[in-house]
Amino acid sequence: MDDELDDLYQEIILSHNKRPRNMGPLEPHSHEAEGYNPLCGDRYRIYVREGDDGKIEAVTFDGEGCAISKASASILTEAVKNHTRAEVDAKIAEALELLTAKEEPKVDLMTLGELAALAGVRKFPPRVKCATLAWHTLASALKDAGTISTEG
Amino acid sequence: MIPDSVRDDFPILSRAIGKKPLVYLDNAATTQKPRAMIDTVSRFYEFENANIHRGVHYLSMNATDAHDRARERIARAIGAPDPRGIVFVRGTTEAINLVAAGLAEEIGPGDEIVLTLLEHHANVVPWQLLAQRRGAVLRFAPVTDAGRIDVEGFRGCFSDRTKIAAFTAVSNALGTITPAAELTRIAKERGATVLIDGAQAVPHGRVDVAGLGCDFFAFSGHKVFGPDGIGVLWGHRERLDAMPPYQGGGDMIERVSVEGSTFRQAPERFEAGTPNISGAIGLAAAFDYLEGLGLEALAARERALLDYATERIGGIPGVRLLGPDDTREKVGVLSFTMDSAHPHDIGTILDTEGIAIRAGHHCAQPLMDRLGLAGTARASFAFYNTIEEVDRLAEGILKVKRFFD
Repeated sequence: MDDELDDLYQEIILSHNKRPRNMGPLEPHSHEAEGYNPLCGDRYRIYVREGDDGKIEAVTFDGEGCAISKASASILTEAVKNHTRAEVDAKIAEALELLTAKEEPKVDLMTLGELAALAGVRKFPPRVKCATLAWHTLASALKDAGTISTEG
Repeated sequence: MIPDSVRDDFPILSRAIGKKPLVYLDNAATTQKPRAMIDTVSRFYEFENANIHRGVHYLSMNATDAHDRARERIARAIGAPDPRGIVFVRGTTEAINLVAAGLAEEIGPGDEIVLTLLEHHANVVPWQLLAQRRGAVLRFAPVTDAGRIDVEGFRGCFSDRTKIAAFTAVSNALGTITPAAELTRIAKERGATVLIDGAQAVPHGRVDVAGLGCDFFAFSGHKVFGPDGIGVLWGHRERLDAMPPYQGGGDMIERVSVEGSTFRQAPERFEAGTPNISGAIGLAAAFDYLEGLGLEALAARERALLDYATERIGGIPGVRLLGPDDTREKVGVLSFTMDSAHPHDIGTILDTEGIAIRAGHHCAQPLMDRLGLAGTARASFAFYNTIEEVDRLAEGILKVKRFFD
């Protein structure tokens, strides 16, 4: 159990939790959405600025939640920056596969970068929604679909 | 003093979680079950099962008697003068919804309902639904930083339009014991109907519903070492008989014809359909068990655990205890936050040590908003917990600190 705990709370996660990257509102932004987990109260807002060339210039987040949800949001902001919409959509799909796959996820951990650090959450089913919250929120922001809830 | 061997009465307490012995500190969510209660329910299903109020046959008459005796037993346990004031429901939530529905006709636009910021959602949302339907207004009595109801603030919530006051006897999130009798007196002076949410009070000592002076009192079986799916609404007979039925169906009618129906008095009026028979019998058995040990002795054991935990856990740097400092103002609930760790992360790490606590808003979001918190970690004790388990909780919290500090 302690090995699994070490997998969950890896140094990368703890570091992003302590010093979240790109935290705070983004002005100007082209997209935003709020993500909320009513079961635990985690709540984040994600801001996206899409450039004229269709690339994501910047992503920031603010809000409040546990180490897993915060680290996931922080990693997300770095992972999608300077990528095209198509690439970001693929990254969102990859992240959700990594976090929610019932079997071994069909993703290449080597290409995932820091996102791979979230893989340990799969051993803690009650915490999966903490890790996916920011990614669902980003997807909603890009679709201009507004607030999302994990219990929708 | 009741010895630690009281744990042997609870089969689940000897199991392990992973490789660690279970440390069950989520008693405010639900309590574990004594063998005597489990056996009573099993025996009912194995030897006594039948529907009540129907058959002329032996088993049905026996089950009806047992169900009636359970009502009497439970009335005695909570100081209800008349067993017919005991309405069996699914739990506290259903009890409050029943009263909110039953009082709806008495509430009109602009009428006021007084609640407090200490309430569980179960004592907020039914009143919000009622207020929306009838155009009524909710007033929330303030709570101090230490998690006490501000009694003067409560008094200030009343007006000539106040029809109902509903408040808890013990905060589920913080463990604060409220001055329920005093609050009832204030509300009754203003002519309000009073409902007390007793879900967190009944598990911790002697309750006397008649002495409280309230109109309604609600609690859940599963929080008092009884089965889930059974709970009690106690009400004054005349108040109950004045309310319209909650659900229609069998058992609650006097006579049904195609033109219409007439209804029985309380409690049957509110008990449509086949009730949770084994649940009622199991709940009575739980009270037998508790009173056999002695409610005062149980409360003393729980207080000793709370005193020790308050000192031990409260003394860990970076841990902030919530609620009143004086443990005499609380039941066995230790609600806390940590500077470096979110409640959910605390809960996950403690779980890997076999320690079960609750993390989150505890279905008390208005209170969390008032205290400026997203949530807390809550360890809640029952008399079967031990000093060693409090030590294991303390060690678990030190482990959390190793990850997050």
